[in-house]
Amino acid sequence: MTASSIIPLFVAIPLAGAFITPLIGKKVKWAPDVIGNSLTFVLAVLSIFSVMMVSSSGTIVYSVGGWMPPVGIAMVLDGLTSFMLVTVNLLAFIIAVFSVNYMEKFTSKAKFYCLFLLMLAGMNGVLISGDMFNLFVFLEIASVASYALVAFGTERYELEAAFKYAIMGTVGSLFVLLGIVFLYSYTSTLNMADMAQVLMQKGGGNIVLMVSALFIMGFGLKAALVPFHAWLPDAHPSAPAPISAMLSGVLIKSLGVYALCRIFFNVIGMTADISSILMFLGALSMVVGVFLAIGQWDFKRLLAYHSISQIGYVVLGIGLGTPLGIFGGLFHLFNHSVFKSLLFLDSGAVEYSAGTRDLKKMGGLAEKMPVTGTTSLIASMSIAGVPPFNGFWSKLIIIIALVQAGRHGYAFWAVVASVLTLASFAKVMKYAFFDKLKEQLKQIKEVPIFMKLSMSALALICLFGGLLLVGAVKIDFLDKATDVLLEGTKYAAIVFKGIG
Amino acid sequence: MSREHDKGMSLIVKTITRLTVGLILLYGVYIVMHGHLSPGGGFAGGVIIALSFINIMLAYGKEDAFKKLSRAAASMWESIGAIMFLGIALLGFTGGYFFLNFLNKGEPFKLFSAGIIPLCNIAISFKVGAGVFAIFVALILLKIDVEKKE
Repeated sequence: MTASSIIPLFVAIPLAGAFITPLIGKKVKWAPDVIGNSLTFVLAVLSIFSVMMVSSSGTIVYSVGGWMPPVGIAMVLDGLTSFMLVTVNLLAFIIAVFSVNYMEKFTSKAKFYCLFLLMLAGMNGVLISGDMFNLFVFLEIASVASYALVAFGTERYELEAAFKYAIMGTVGSLFVLLGIVFLYSYTSTLNMADMAQVLMQKGGGNIVLMVSALFIMGFGLKAALVPFHAWLPDAHPSAPAPISAMLSGVLIKSLGVYALCRIFFNVIGMTADISSILMFLGALSMVVGVFLAIGQWDFKRLLAYHSISQIGYVVLGIGLGTPLGIFGGLFHLFNHSVFKSLLFLDSGAVEYSAGTRDLKKMGGLAEKMPVTGTTSLIASMSIAGVPPFNGFWSKLIIIIALVQAGRHGYAFWAVVASVLTLASFAKVMKYAFFDKLKEQLKQIKEVPIFMKLSMSALALICLFGGLLLVGAVKIDFLDKATDVLLEGTKYAAIVFKGIG
Repeated sequence: MSREHDKGMSLIVKTITRLTVGLILLYGVYIVMHGHLSPGGGFAGGVIIALSFINIMLAYGKEDAFKKLSRAAASMWESIGAIMFLGIALLGFTGGYFFLNFLNKGEPFKLFSAGIIPLCNIAISFKVGAGVFAIFVALILLKIDVEKKE
């Protein structure tokens, strides 16, 4: 047993939890809560430990079953993976704490935690996989679990949204599978590092262009980039609030953005064409998302459209391809997962207490629900890019990177989208929290303790997120992740060196 | 018609099912056990095992099928199968690697060979067998619920 043995645990622990929960959860009422929260806590600690491992010993490759890559299945832990693992597992833990109280109103907690942990296992699997087909398998595990979670309320519109999501998600997965099949037939290998090496030797042909198009469609659909975004505004609001937070916060990033970056930067190799396509799609999502969001009156639907818009920022920054652009994109990815999860949890808290998602029926809730009101204000300021909250720093970095690269048009649209985001959240704050208290809302109470705890924790991260830009944290956490994308197809050589 | 014909299909179907269902189950077990030697394995065998229970349900109605394998039992076996599979994978850590084939490999093409692979096949067959049966049950029950409401 060496320290690298923790790598498979990121999949094994949530998978074990997912199948133990339904076994004992039906008889022991408190078991699902305890299992779900303790396991996600362990995973969050392990993920922080993984950052330290990467900073001390560089890229680590784990050979599953003792079979050496490229023959065996590889799990790769590098800067980008550990960065994403922290994002996913930390958020999962905080959201699991929120679920303790929130999921009381649904009947089956055991089923909820089973699917939740299954989805977490799938996401962690996508992140640590160094093998193309394994990436697809874990992508499907996470997707299928999320289809079921969207339908968790089993009301009419939830089932409709889940059905739509399942159909579109399956089409996306099919494109990904087809892309992997073509790449496999061209390179005769499934190991990502080996594939990158073969592609470098053989050179790209038309088949690589075809595969790139398939991957942009497939992963773009998972990431909800604009032409492929239609499922998101239905699916995310229909799920229970913790799951909306999970879907918007981390699922679209680990399945969509992460996989897109990993494959285009490290396996196929970034070209100017792909870069401009990604930037165009990013800018399009950024602007279209925010224009669609501003007219919404359903709290969660508005947030869902903002997810499309914010993912646009991330993809725009990463697609730019300069060190500062990638840095800003990744930093915005982390920040967005924090404040968007917080906003969805707030919307869940409002729904829990006031029983509505319609902004017109709310009003003056900050008076009755101080914690929810304050955390919503912090999250709204963060997403709108008001200093000193974390969203400001990452948007600033992306815009500076765009200006430095001479892309003034994109920089202009990034600023416009940010201003519109501010306008849209000013509307939310006014109608939901600061207006006059409505008569029928006089009786409502603040939410229970665990929900308050998790919302406050996320609000603190929003407030102090800017500190990630200073000192050793930046070097270990963000710079290492940026380096992975910058090294491009040198990834192959680094992974082969790391086999041990 | 007598009472025993109230549920399920006709006498011919019931008789044929009674004669063949054991053979189908046995064939499923055979496919699972020889997964490491011949085509097939845990998934294919598991599906065949599930088909034997589904056959009972089609021919005799759901009460008789639930007597053989209830919904709770199907759910339990599904979880147990998954935990067994994961447990085998974690036991690989005794030799240093996740999923390490830590057992004696034996002689090739003998029934008791290939280390953990037959055990994995058995675990998968539990998972798949119970899972396919549970999916079928879910479809049946959902249909009945809708009919009741109308």
